[in-house]
Amino acid sequence: MALTTEDVRKVGTLARLALADDEIATITPQLNDLLDQFARLQQLDTTGVLPTSHAVPVTALLRADEITPSLSQAEVLKLTSHTDEIMGGFIVPQVLGGD
Amino acid sequence: MELTHLSASALAAKVKAKEVSARAVTEAFLARIEAKDDAVGAFLTVMREQALTQADAVDAKIAAGEDPGPLAGVPIALKDNLCTLGVETTCASKILKGFVPPYDATVVKKLQAAGAIAIGKTNLDEFAMGSSTENSALKLTHNPWNLSKVPGGSSGGSAAAVAADFAPLSLGSDTGGSIRQPASFCGVVGVKPTYGRVSRYGLVAFASSLDQIGPFAKNIEDAALVMNVLSGHDPHDSTSVPRDVPDYTKALTGDIRGLRIGVPTEYFAAGIAPEIRILVQSAIGVLRGLGAEVGECSLPHTEYTLPAYYIVAPAEASSNLARYDGVRYGHRTQRATSHIDLFEKSREEGFGEEVKRRILIGTYALSAGYYDAFYLKAQQIRTLIQQDFENAFANFDVLITPTAPTTAFGIGEKTDDPLAMKLSDICTLSANLAGIPALSQCCGFDTNQLPVGMQLLGPAFSEELLFKVAHAYEQATDWHTRRSAF
Repeated sequence: MALTTEDVRKVGTLARLALADDEIATITPQLNDLLDQFARLQQLDTTGVLPTSHAVPVTALLRADEITPSLSQAEVLKLTSHTDEIMGGFIVPQVLGGD
Repeated sequence: MELTHLSASALAAKVKAKEVSARAVTEAFLARIEAKDDAVGAFLTVMREQALTQADAVDAKIAAGEDPGPLAGVPIALKDNLCTLGVETTCASKILKGFVPPYDATVVKKLQAAGAIAIGKTNLDEFAMGSSTENSALKLTHNPWNLSKVPGGSSGGSAAAVAADFAPLSLGSDTGGSIRQPASFCGVVGVKPTYGRVSRYGLVAFASSLDQIGPFAKNIEDAALVMNVLSGHDPHDSTSVPRDVPDYTKALTGDIRGLRIGVPTEYFAAGIAPEIRILVQSAIGVLRGLGAEVGECSLPHTEYTLPAYYIVAPAEASSNLARYDGVRYGHRTQRATSHIDLFEKSREEGFGEEVKRRILIGTYALSAGYYDAFYLKAQQIRTLIQQDFENAFANFDVLITPTAPTTAFGIGEKTDDPLAMKLSDICTLSANLAGIPALSQCCGFDTNQLPVGMQLLGPAFSEELLFKVAHAYEQATDWHTRRSAF
């Protein structure tokens, strides 16, 4: 079940991490050490055991459908310098129409 | 006695009685931080101006005859993954360097309303991922008991701040032991509340089903006092539980006669330093002497805790940390030629090694074809671990284990072996998976004069019981009165 450096590169793409080659070389055996630990889980028969996603059972709590104050657009745009003040948005590299 | 040596409750009493002003208390702690923190490295940001402004507000309330709150004039240090309005919040990561939140975490607001003085932001393992605070991208923190040792982690700065008398109280966050393990290494009290007891609003998310905010303190009374302030439902956190908050200080009666204490044998097995086993057993002996009934019990799925945790926590982290894309806040690469490039390079440059490892393992565990084998399996084992605790609590009121398998280890000793580092949390992970409360308190010192912690665990929402037992132990011993030579 050991991961190869190619597997790690592929997972890096899924996670949007542009990993360098030497980084992949270091990380791959470290991830495999952890996967060896995971193998132990497969020895345990869990047929019929319900999964727990949350420790404390909480049902969706409903609140009154009322408008309450939240952060203003100006406050949020202050968090980066890459903003368009006239349009009031974040600037990113061109998404459509490039090569 | 110097002001910086006093407990939170003693300081609040003096401030309320006008024996000393909140400003004088705050100045005393700021002076100590400025003189001594270069050697410890507990703080990333010292909030001098904000703290003094807050202290003056408390003094003004007292002068006007108003109630200044239960923590009047008590300085408190905050882990730097708690959002503070107008004060940089970094998570000790390059990706958030320079991030100044536009709002306060709920706990920060509650502390302010209670009269406490936020004195600074403390160092941590990047995004709270680690066990020694060495994964901080910004600073190294040293253990005040021995500066060549780590303070534990991930809330190492907050633990060190209390141990070094930089603040009588601090806040940390605990996802797999990040409050209890550093509390153990630094010889202070550390509390991980029941999941849902304290609002997580404004805590930068690591693993949302496991994260809880909790306090560090010098004694149990102070921990109970600050838990009174922190606990309760918050409409901003739908996982916080709408349930009454008792006055935790009322539980500190010293009477534990007839209380049933369970000792899970798996937590005293090989891998736990013999000295630690002996000291925790001896502490259990003290509790027996106070009238508690002690018996052995078993948590049979203990050996699956580590692998289950290291699937669930990274899986949630990989999802939570997807928000750091270089677009709206945080580090943005200068080398991007496309929007995908912007995401990939900003993240590559901004995250440290351990954070990348956890994002990768979490992404892998959730990826197509592996979900059932890893994530679903880990969630099923989470159910079994919860059932182990339920069975144990059918016969016992609280359980006692060591908090960590060793005392504080050397700086640099485990940085090249991420798995060995993770084993440092072997005793604390299960409480997060089960959602139950747990605390660590000092129960002695090893031959190197480093503190040893014991962990108390109870059923969900049994914080009162944990405080009662820990307080009784504290009354019968004097470990909590020892201070580092630092």
